[in-house]
Amino acid sequence: MITPEIRNRNTAIKMSGIRKQYRLGEYGGRTLQEDLQSWWARRRGREDPNERIGSVRRKGTFWALDGIDLTIHRGERVGIIGANGAGKTTLLKLISRVTAPTEGEIDIYGRVSSMLEVGTGFHREMTGRENIYMNGSILGMTREEIDARMDDIIEFSEVGEFIDTPVKRYSSGMFVKLAFSVAAHLSSEIIIMDEVLAVGDMAFQNKCLERMRRAADEQGRTVLYVSHNMSTIRRLCERCIVLDHGHIVYDGDVEQAIGVYMDRSLNEDTVDMDLSAKSHSGAVDERVAVMERLRLLEMKKDDEIAGLRAAPVYESGEKMYMLLDLTLTRPVDDLLLRVTLRTDSDVGVGTAWLPLGSLGPGPQQAVVSFPLERLAKGVFYVSLGLCVNDEIGRGKALDHITRAFRIEVEGSPAWNTQAYGSVRF
Amino acid sequence: MNDYHVHISAKHNPMDLRLGEVWRYRGLIRLFTRRNFTVTYKQTVLGPAWLFISPLLTSIVYLIIFGRIADLSTDGTPQLLFYLTGTGVWTYFSSCVTVNSGTFVNNAHLIGKVYFPRLTIPVSSVLSAALKLAIQMILVLVLLAVYMIAGNVSPNFAAWPLVLLEVLQLGLLGMGVGIVISSLTTKYRDLSILVSFGVQLWMYASPIVYPLSTVSVGWLRTLLIINPVTAPMEIIRYALLGKGSIEALPVILSWVWTAAAALGGIVLFNRTERTFLDTV
Repeated sequence: MITPEIRNRNTAIKMSGIRKQYRLGEYGGRTLQEDLQSWWARRRGREDPNERIGSVRRKGTFWALDGIDLTIHRGERVGIIGANGAGKTTLLKLISRVTAPTEGEIDIYGRVSSMLEVGTGFHREMTGRENIYMNGSILGMTREEIDARMDDIIEFSEVGEFIDTPVKRYSSGMFVKLAFSVAAHLSSEIIIMDEVLAVGDMAFQNKCLERMRRAADEQGRTVLYVSHNMSTIRRLCERCIVLDHGHIVYDGDVEQAIGVYMDRSLNEDTVDMDLSAKSHSGAVDERVAVMERLRLLEMKKDDEIAGLRAAPVYESGEKMYMLLDLTLTRPVDDLLLRVTLRTDSDVGVGTAWLPLGSLGPGPQQAVVSFPLERLAKGVFYVSLGLCVNDEIGRGKALDHITRAFRIEVEGSPAWNTQAYGSVRF
Repeated sequence: MNDYHVHISAKHNPMDLRLGEVWRYRGLIRLFTRRNFTVTYKQTVLGPAWLFISPLLTSIVYLIIFGRIADLSTDGTPQLLFYLTGTGVWTYFSSCVTVNSGTFVNNAHLIGKVYFPRLTIPVSSVLSAALKLAIQMILVLVLLAVYMIAGNVSPNFAAWPLVLLEVLQLGLLGMGVGIVISSLTTKYRDLSILVSFGVQLWMYASPIVYPLSTVSVGWLRTLLIINPVTAPMEIIRYALLGKGSIEALPVILSWVWTAAAALGGIVLFNRTERTFLDTV
């Protein structure tokens, strides 16, 4: 919509009082007749005959976004981070007009191209070139605009000679590259990306980040980027928003934001963790093996348990002893506990597979130790996984918890983590 | 550069049909139309030849069942031509209804990921159905020429422009009905099962395999007059085959229905489109 007067030339997106409600559980369960009855009753100001007596309205609903006020300026590169379910994707969906808010107003100055998924609208039977037209049109470009950029798109995508081949013959990498190229060459003023860069090879990923960066700096385009990958957030963004349960809990400097997010994903520094309350992934639906509780132990010299550790703080060179409670629904042979350490920038430091042995069904306990001897000082986030190797040696995760807890390793104050890294050889 | 402003509000104005936006995305409509058309015939042996084969086979079946066994009148026009015109037009109308009735559910993957005026989807499926009708009409015209030379049929050439108008009307009607269903099926899935069944019944309540003139009294007559497909079908036959009963009441009723279905459909569709993603 073209308005005669653009109120604020520097504003790209302005949201005020945005709330978005979702209903929990199954939709429907009501017939058309019941809905018509309810509607008729509401119209006439009567009581809804299908409402349970005494039931609270809006029961079984939750607010995916709960009062968002946000102004994003032109040319800003804004990262949005938060745990799963914090409302990141909902926020992007509202801005890209995929769904409408329940309350509040949004003003968007400029055309929006959203990449909530790679290759939206790509049709397998059509060739690369046909799909460029299709994709470009869906994202709001005219045919002339697409024609003018066609050569750039093909060159950037690196698919070259395959451009007139149906995309069903493409490798997934080629598919992603082509899809990103179309979106990157759009003439829109606002670009929205939901972790689409996570796919594709490193070189292409860097090229994409560089492209986005330049789009913002040189052409004044606004970039909104959602990711769980902190290093891409760091490289691309200059401002970062942390969402938690539908609220903005931090808005500003990227490093600060990542710190806030990392600490929010953990309750507190504790040595006795209820893992069942955390977000599990992997083959959890089968519930073959599920981690329930983890305690950090203090050991005596002769490897005897002395009790719980006072704090999750270790000297470099110590060993971390963990007491794990898990539940199995069937016997599992050669179960492994996968322990991954990541830095506060979400960079992986290393992984160990610790054997738990063959366990039978029911609740089980295991004590495992993890060596910290090579770790330099810093804060580390520990992800846990239960794995088995199949016949051909591939690992399969039965349960996984990202950032289950955090530990701190104390080291020499002279150690410069920024320069030296996290491992002392 | 920054001349675009969109205001999104939790409040929704149902009277804003947002047709201007659909017009701005006409490039997309063209692409959708072409995609619907080409993708249907990719990796088929006979390809678009099916456009001729299926109505021809259907017409022959009708000819045997309704023409020979049931011995229904065709107003004195050649039977094959009568049934071919009928099936062509009906296939067009019914595909406008059935294809559009799945707009939301079938395009959820696209609608859920990116914004574009959703109305472009039903508009382009009507256009691709119209394109198929146009191709099928070639067959009708060829047969028409043959029968004309034989002196069996005399078309009303002056009325031919009306055919375009009626095709437009049937398109609007079919789209309207289709998108009303598509909006309702996002919540009540069982409606979609009813669609194919309902469309089939609708055909027998329309003068497709028999002309309006054979039904002169009774409740079936009333039903035919109320039925918005009756008038367009009879007008098309009147133009192409020279026989058809055009009466004021069915024509007026038909346009009232069409306007109601199209407007009501778009309003409901625009309303559903806003939050459809949350209920699918």
